[in-house]
Amino acid sequence: MAEAQTVSGRTRGMGELIDVAGKVTEIAPFGHTLAALASERPEIVGLTADMGRYSDILPFRDAHPKRFFNVGMAEQSLIMTAAGLAKTGKIAYCTTYSVFITRRAYDFVALACAHSMANVKIFAGMPGLVNGYGATHQATEDLNMMRGIADLTIIDPCDATELKQVVRAVADIPGTVYVRNLRGKVPVELGEDYRFEVGKAKVLRPGRDVGIISTGYMTARALDAGRIAQEQGIDAGVLHVGTIKPFDAASVIAFAKRFDRIVIAENHKTSGGLASLVVEALYEAGIVKPTIKIGLADSFFECGSQEYLEAKYGVDLSRFVRAIVDAQ
Amino acid sequence: MSILNHPPSEVDLSALKGRALNLRRKMMAMASGKGEGYIAQGLAMADCLASLYFHEMRYDPQDPEWPGRDRFVLSTGHYSIAMYAVLAEACILSPDELPTYGLNGSRLPMSTFDETPGVEMVGGSLGHGLGQAVGMAMGLRLDGSSARVFCEFSDGELQEGSTWEAAMAGATFNCDNLVVLVDCNGIQADGPVTVRIEPVADKLSAFGYETVEINGNSVEQLTSALAAARTANGKPKAIVMRTTPGFGIPTIMARDRAHFVRIDPSEWTALAQELETHNG
Repeated sequence: MAEAQTVSGRTRGMGELIDVAGKVTEIAPFGHTLAALASERPEIVGLTADMGRYSDILPFRDAHPKRFFNVGMAEQSLIMTAAGLAKTGKIAYCTTYSVFITRRAYDFVALACAHSMANVKIFAGMPGLVNGYGATHQATEDLNMMRGIADLTIIDPCDATELKQVVRAVADIPGTVYVRNLRGKVPVELGEDYRFEVGKAKVLRPGRDVGIISTGYMTARALDAGRIAQEQGIDAGVLHVGTIKPFDAASVIAFAKRFDRIVIAENHKTSGGLASLVVEALYEAGIVKPTIKIGLADSFFECGSQEYLEAKYGVDLSRFVRAIVDAQ
Repeated sequence: MSILNHPPSEVDLSALKGRALNLRRKMMAMASGKGEGYIAQGLAMADCLASLYFHEMRYDPQDPEWPGRDRFVLSTGHYSIAMYAVLAEACILSPDELPTYGLNGSRLPMSTFDETPGVEMVGGSLGHGLGQAVGMAMGLRLDGSSARVFCEFSDGELQEGSTWEAAMAGATFNCDNLVVLVDCNGIQADGPVTVRIEPVADKLSAFGYETVEINGNSVEQLTSALAAARTANGKPKAIVMRTTPGFGIPTIMARDRAHFVRIDPSEWTALAQELETHNG
C-alpha cells in the first residue's frame, strides 16, 4: 500500500511516518481493521473524496465494494453524503486529508453531522507535519478548529495498536467522530495490553522526574525520548491523551500533580490544541508548574521531508530529549 | 400503522387545492402571530407540499420515523413556516403547536432543526440539503427499500458550490429514487437573484437528471411531474418549479422585497380575506 521513498533529503511518499526504521510496523491498519469490522457490521459503509489510496481505505473497498463510495474531489459532498447515509441507519466511515475536511467542509461537519449526532466517523489523514507538501496539506490547526464543534468526539491515536482499536470503538460511540488517521507503514509502539477508552487518558510510563503529556504519534516520540533520558538517569513519565474531546482533565490533573516539571507535546500548533487544554485545566485546578510546550508555532510551514521539517520546527526527538533532560 | 398515499391513487385536484389553501391559512395564522416571516416563500411552496404530502409521498403520520417512509428534505430551512404547516395538516404535528412558531423555547423555530418531528435535517445553512438527500437515497437503496427521497432546494442555493457537488453525486450513484424539486422563485436575501444561474433545467439535464420544468403553483402540473418521476431508470429526477412568491395573496405577491416580509398588525385581517377571496 505505502509507496514511501527513503531517499534522504527528499519528500517522502504521502504521509509515510518516519521512525519506522528498527520498529515493528503494520501496513494500512485503518483499512484492514475497517474491512474486518464491516464483515461483522453490515451497517458500515465507507466513503472517500478521491483519497482512497492515500487514506488506506482500499482494503475496505476490495472487501465490500457495494458499500464503498468515492464521491470524487468534493469534500462537502463527502460529508453530506455520509450524513445522509447515517440518517438511514448506516455508520459512515469517510476519509480524506485532515486539511480538506477541516478547511473545506467545516460547516457540513458541524451541522449535517455533529448537530444531528449523525453516525459519521471521519478518518482524516496527514495530521500536522506528517505531510511534506507544505501548508496546503499540513493540518496544523485541525484540533483547534474541530474542538469548536459541539457534540463532536476528537481522537488523535498514537500508533497502529491504538488506531486499530479506535476503528472498532468509534462504531459504538454515538454521533460524529473525528480521528487523525495514520497511514502507510504505521509503527507499533504500544503493547498488546494497551486498551483505548474514549475520553480516557492513559499513563504509559509512571515516571518520577518529569511528566510528559502528549497526544497522537508524538506520544511515540515521548516514549523514545523517555528511554533515552532513562539512560541519563532521568525518569520521565508519559501520559497519552488519545481523546482530545471529551478531554480527560481529571487524569491530566492527577498526573501533573506528581511532577515538578511538565512537558506537553503534540503534532499541532501549541495554540488551540493539547497544550491549551492542559494549561487551562491545570490553571483552573490551581496548578502552576514549569511547563515546556513541544509543538508548532502559529505559522504556515514549508515543504520538505518529515525529518527536515520536524528538526526545523522543533518537534524532533532531540528536542524532546533536551526538554526532558535539560528542562529547556 | 396507517400509511398514507400508498398504493398511489387517482389525483383528486380539488382535494389537493383544498389542502394547499389550508396550508396557506395555517401559514398566515403563524405569520400574523409573529408579525413577520418567510411567508412569501411559504405561500409559494403550498402547492408543492400539498401534492407531496397528500398525494405522492408514502409515510405514517403516527410514526414519522418509520424507516420505510419517503423522505422530504427541506434544504431551505427558512421555509420552516411551510414545513410546519404541512406537518400539522398531515397530523404529524398538533395544530395547537403552530402558534408557537418562532417563539422562545418552541419546537418550531424560524429555521428548521431535526428535533422537530417530521423534519429530516438541520436546514438553516444553505446548500446542505441535496447532498444529504443523495446519501439518504443511497442508504435506502442499500437496504433494498422502495422508499424515495424528495429534496427541495431553491434557485438561490444553486449559488452554493456544495449543491453542484451533490448534484454530481446524485447522478454518479444513479439515484433514481431521488426527486429534486427546485424552487425557482427568483428572489434571495438582497433582492432578485442576480448571479447567472439560468438555465436551471438545462444545467440539471446536463448533470444527468431527468428534468422537467413546470409551474410550481399548479397542482395539476406538480402531480403530473411527480407521477412521471416514479420511473426507476437509473437517473435522478429534477422538477424545476417556477413559483411566485406570496402566491395566493396578491398584496404579498406585489411586494418588491419578498424575502422576509413584515406586515403591519392592522393588515392581517385584510390579507386573510384576500386569501379566501382568491382561493376560496
